[in-house]
Amino acid sequence: MRITIRQEDFNSMLAHALRERPDEACGLIAGYDREDGVREIDRVYLLTNTDHTNEHFTIDPKEQLRAIKDMRANGLKPLGNWHSHPESPSRPSEEDKRLANDSRASYLILSLMDAKHPVLNAFHIENTDAGKTVRKEEVIIIMEENGNG
Amino acid sequence: MKITVGGEKKEVAEGLTVAELIVLEEVEMPEYVTVSINEQFIERSAFESHVLQEGDEVEFLYFMGGGQ
Repeated sequence: MRITIRQEDFNSMLAHALRERPDEACGLIAGYDREDGVREIDRVYLLTNTDHTNEHFTIDPKEQLRAIKDMRANGLKPLGNWHSHPESPSRPSEEDKRLANDSRASYLILSLMDAKHPVLNAFHIENTDAGKTVRKEEVIIIMEENGNG
Repeated sequence: MKITVGGEKKEVAEGLTVAELIVLEEVEMPEYVTVSINEQFIERSAFESHVLQEGDEVEFLYFMGGGQ
């Protein structure tokens, strides 16, 4: 799966994550599953981590509800969620895997381990008989100037 | 009676509880689901006893969390 995000949306996600440090930041993503198989993020929601720690996140359910209603009002599909890893790499932790309960979702992780070179990866996490399986998705950041990744 | 579930209008039986609606809707992994009715969150302990009313707007929200 390829997943696209506009540069400006990536920038706002990054700014939110930097602002929230040392805590983890989090939010939702919404957009479209295109016929060519590309998952297109059209809107990034910057939401509150009610855990307020650098080791966990829980998306505020009231904000989650507002975001879901906004997606519906704008004809957008819920595509998954995102969170930051302020001090660790951009890959799902055991807890991330355990709590990933939607096999249709894309789980985006923004690592700030090297804040000058943030890393954004997306993952598909599925429940199988063998446990949780993780597959990396290709993230393409769409530049604003020419519309190409 | 008519209720709305996840933005879709549905016809359900009178007296249906939240727990029964979860089964009816085949909600996956209900242990991770939070339920809101008319934008009020329902305590999990009330799922069995909370009876839905005509016109209720129900949302199932999956817990979203993790950790580094």
